[in-house]
Amino acid sequence: MTNHWIDVKNADAILIMGSNAAENHPIAFKWVLEAREHGAVLINVDPRFSRTSALADLYAPLRSGTDIVFLGGMINYILRKNLFHREYVVEYTNAPFVLDPAFDFKDGYFSGWDPQKKAYDRASWKFQTEADGTPQLDKSLKDPNTVFQRLRRHFARYTPEMVEGVCGTPKDEFVAVAEAFAKTGASGKAGTIMYAMGWTQHSKATQLIRTSAILQMLLGNIGVAGGGVNALRGLSNVQGSTDMALLFNVLPGYLGTPTKKDHPTLAAYLEKETPKAGYWVNKPKFLVSLLKAWYGEAATRDNDFGYQYLPKNSASYSYLDLFEAMYAGKIKGFIVTGQNPAVSGPNSTLERKALERLEWLVVRDLFETETAAFWKGPGVDPAKVSTEVFLLPASAHVEREGSYTNSGRWLQWKWKAVDPPGDARSDGWFVNQLAHRLKALYAGSKAPKDQPILALTWDYGKDEPDLEKVLAEVNGYTVADGKPVKSFAFLTDDGSTACGNWIYSGVFPAEGQNRAKSRKADPPESLGINAGWGFAWPVNRRILYNRASADPKGQPWNREKALIRWDPNAELPDGKKGKWVGVDVPDFRPDLAPDAKGGGNPFIMLADGKGALFAPLVEGPLPEHYEPVESPVKNRLSGVQFNPLAVIYKADLDKLGNPKEFPIVATTYRLTEHLHTGSITRNLPWLVEMMPNLFCEMSRELAEEKGIKNGDAVVVRSARGEIRAIAYVTGRFKPFKLGDRVVHEVGIPWHWGFMGLAKGDSANVLTPHVGDANTRIQESKAFLVDVRKA
Amino acid sequence: MSMSRRDFLKGAGTGAVVATAVGVDTAPVEGAARELKTKGAREVPSLCYYCAVGCGIVASVADGKVVAIQGDPEHPINRGALCSKAQAYIQVLDHPKRLTKVLYRPPGATEWQEKPLDWAMDQIAQRIKATRDATFRETEDGVTVNRAEGIAALGSAVITNEECYLLAKAMRGLGVVWLEHQARV
Amino acid sequence: MAKAILVDTSKCIGCRGCQVACKQWHGLEAEPTAFRGSYENPPDLSARTWRKVKFIETAKQDGATRWRFLSDACKHCTDASCLAVCPTGALFHRPWGAVDLDQEICNGCRYCVSACPFGVITFNERTGRVDKCILCPDRVEAGLAPACVTTCPTGALSFGDRDQLLGRAKERVVQLRAKGEKGAELYGERELSGLHVLYVLQERPQVYGLPEKPRFAAASVFPGFLMSAVASVVMGVVALVAFRERGGRGEE
Repeated sequence: MTNHWIDVKNADAILIMGSNAAENHPIAFKWVLEAREHGAVLINVDPRFSRTSALADLYAPLRSGTDIVFLGGMINYILRKNLFHREYVVEYTNAPFVLDPAFDFKDGYFSGWDPQKKAYDRASWKFQTEADGTPQLDKSLKDPNTVFQRLRRHFARYTPEMVEGVCGTPKDEFVAVAEAFAKTGASGKAGTIMYAMGWTQHSKATQLIRTSAILQMLLGNIGVAGGGVNALRGLSNVQGSTDMALLFNVLPGYLGTPTKKDHPTLAAYLEKETPKAGYWVNKPKFLVSLLKAWYGEAATRDNDFGYQYLPKNSASYSYLDLFEAMYAGKIKGFIVTGQNPAVSGPNSTLERKALERLEWLVVRDLFETETAAFWKGPGVDPAKVSTEVFLLPASAHVEREGSYTNSGRWLQWKWKAVDPPGDARSDGWFVNQLAHRLKALYAGSKAPKDQPILALTWDYGKDEPDLEKVLAEVNGYTVADGKPVKSFAFLTDDGSTACGNWIYSGVFPAEGQNRAKSRKADPPESLGINAGWGFAWPVNRRILYNRASADPKGQPWNREKALIRWDPNAELPDGKKGKWVGVDVPDFRPDLAPDAKGGGNPFIMLADGKGALFAPLVEGPLPEHYEPVESPVKNRLSGVQFNPLAVIYKADLDKLGNPKEFPIVATTYRLTEHLHTGSITRNLPWLVEMMPNLFCEMSRELAEEKGIKNGDAVVVRSARGEIRAIAYVTGRFKPFKLGDRVVHEVGIPWHWGFMGLAKGDSANVLTPHVGDANTRIQESKAFLVDVRKA
Repeated sequence: MSMSRRDFLKGAGTGAVVATAVGVDTAPVEGAARELKTKGAREVPSLCYYCAVGCGIVASVADGKVVAIQGDPEHPINRGALCSKAQAYIQVLDHPKRLTKVLYRPPGATEWQEKPLDWAMDQIAQRIKATRDATFRETEDGVTVNRAEGIAALGSAVITNEECYLLAKAMRGLGVVWLEHQARV
Repeated sequence: MAKAILVDTSKCIGCRGCQVACKQWHGLEAEPTAFRGSYENPPDLSARTWRKVKFIETAKQDGATRWRFLSDACKHCTDASCLAVCPTGALFHRPWGAVDLDQEICNGCRYCVSACPFGVITFNERTGRVDKCILCPDRVEAGLAPACVTTCPTGALSFGDRDQLLGRAKERVVQLRAKGEKGAELYGERELSGLHVLYVLQERPQVYGLPEKPRFAAASVFPGFLMSAVASVVMGVVALVAFRERGGRGEE
């Protein structure tokens, strides 16, 4: 989240799209409804009428996989009616930048498309520059090559009629949404967007989320209280686990993992990855301090601080790639901690089969999950499965201490209430034990390949690791005396500081001072910043990009909901005058005056400091609608059917369905009463009682067509497999009228599996191994099926 | 002092009714005091296990057992509120199907075997070493790449930051590149 | 001072925190259920499910769908039929309005089951007694709100002095009507001389399964008060004997 949960109450308009907050983040709705009580308009756009829709002032349906058209339509509406926040757009975004005239977009492709290589040459995706290398500007926004004019022309095709024809949203319902949300383009008004996996699980998800960012920048909704593009994340510490880089492509703090091709040496890495301007110029300090934290005394200037110890990537090792490699027999051993891929992974048939090809599998969980028990799953003969499986009991969350980072980037500490039963242990204990045992197994080895393990610093105690010691390492310290650094501003690239994750620096600013434990809440009638509750990364900043909450002169757009402002008389520690003051920590150099050079560039993480309406991603610098890889209709926007850079896997079990055989759009989702794979919740009687069985939601019209009655058993089939479910025939799902065609859609919760108290087929048997072009997250929110009465 | 219908009945232990003018007596009476089940319990602040809203919970502990898990009334986000999932979490703790022992399944077996934790940790460490040693790629095209290519690790978004950090550090230390978790699903 | 719960359906998101909070606080067992073509489950209030959220799908005349949620439980009537017909006095009013139930002296006669105009009370085969929401007297008398109210994230449930809540409910109805919710109305102010659960509804009461004019049912259950007195003595004894035979109340 750019903002945080409580801040939603400061919004004048709330657009919930690609998420279902009432069901999946019920407590967030406390703040949604608080905003609504104060007059905010609540808008929900979703393929089906959900518990969120039930509370919305405006609900608009859309066919799964067409969100870019809907948002693009809103952008078009706002530009056509001149409803954007002009001063914000001119001063804070790259709208006035003049593009190279060679940049073009034609019939679904941007300039530079190479059909042979299936990739873009990005040479023309650039700005015209002045003699000093800075981009040429036209603040009147009239030059036809400005980003603004390009954007306007690009989205001019996204008319309300196009929205109706592609999304199936009745035109007047779309316009009502566009009109209501566009009102936040007025200076001093704020609109927030709340999204989740309804936006991330598409083959063009990154571009979809970028479309929302463009919309928010046009309306001046980024950096302000009650604004932002807010990802409602789904697990208690999924923000923290992302920050801590349990992902192939990053090291802690979003430092890219080094690759063989680009980063054979530390010098090459720093040269290639450190931009010339913007806050990332500090990257060398963060990486070197990380190396010092990991390799300690073995990290010296002479050995590039142990940079060679780090593994170097030569390919994508993302989740889908991982299971494809396992299915191909390339992975021998697999350690699964608190996750249940046999249910959560797309194309579960392939992923379960992949587990059979392992030599050994370690699973740590609270219950016997489908992943741990894959060898006795449906259609599997255990005698033929040679995988050795270790299932280790984990402690429950109230049986261990430590910090979680919520979606609003708040680190909060939790205290341990009771001891775990029997041999159940925390994952900290497990990793600690493993590290000690492996270090012992490799002790004395002189082989170069074993040195990374032997060099790894590991001093957290014997059994349960001392987690505050870990957090202090994460925070960073000066090597000489081991004292915590106050923040990442004190990190260096000379090996004199160590820091496990620079963005968390400041959480442990002094010995014994763990700010994740802070428990001083703001009064309810305040803006809800809560600077004294927990610690928000970075540097306890609660609302990112908050320089943009003030106008170019440094005065808040909205005085009542002001975050920071420039006070020319406020005194700095050195006695000089003029600094940024306010309720939040400025996302800006505190002494940089609005009229100084760069004083009006609010987005400090970007080299030019301007919000990027135009921003190169692999499939283009502006978002464009393509159909989902599996779609029942032709793309009406261009001749390019689906994202040309979508990642489509091609193992024998990776089948794609055609609309003749599979004419119905399907989407998956979650319910309030279960969590993800249900590995816990399907075992809890009070939850099972409320949601006992897998069901498939469908419209009355589709049910009638198929002769299905509410409560009937049905079979849902895709090119990957089929599942049984109970039909839930409801007026909350309506067929989509696309011109003279009618497209049906069904929805299936993905919580079920073959273990637990409440058993059922897994929706992910149906979903494909198709990945977003940038993130490779699977397209499980729009795929094709057929449905029949069982 | 007049006796209420209830006192009378309780005393008599069987049915009888005190007639009033309107025929029934629904006047309130003092019931037996009901004691709070959390009275005297140690209250431990924690966080909800489920989504990333980050709600505060309070576990009430009496005699080493969690007797209630409720919303933390002081927490600024949820102010004491919790959804149905969080209200049900307490059922995890003493669940009859909860794992409390290591289960081991040898190749081809049809059943789990219970094993000691220490044995399992030893075995796992040995498997990791063996697989790492057998599949390690030290260099590629002349560049040191230090990859343990035969090992993958997944998870987790439901463990603490400190645990995530240790896991990332240990896996990268081993040379694991197949390191992913729920954030990409 | 009379207390009450205010149920504001216009703020309910159907998260069912209340439904499970009740189960957790009172240690109520789960019931076996099956998906019945609705999110709503278990099907009815029972001795093991004192509170549940109703999910009601309606279609407006213009075809627009509405989904209404109602957190439903005992209404804690002033003229409480259950209490009137209870031969043992197991059901009784707390001074602040709750209709409490003393399990120790319930004899399982089930008159209250028939008498309740809302169908709230049910018989528990396992314990041989009836059970229902008692409005958390343990919590209320310790200065806390009932478990269901405490856990409600959106303010759909609130607890306090009945008079104050009544004022708030009336304001809310006016506010909702002004916003275009023409069907908004208050339920529980006068019904059965006043319920201790007040409702702000967005549709007619019967849409939520609430009787338009709930009747004090003691008279319809038995021919007359004296008759009921006699009957309760007789049937109470019969019921007690029956439990003893089943071992349901062996300790007494």
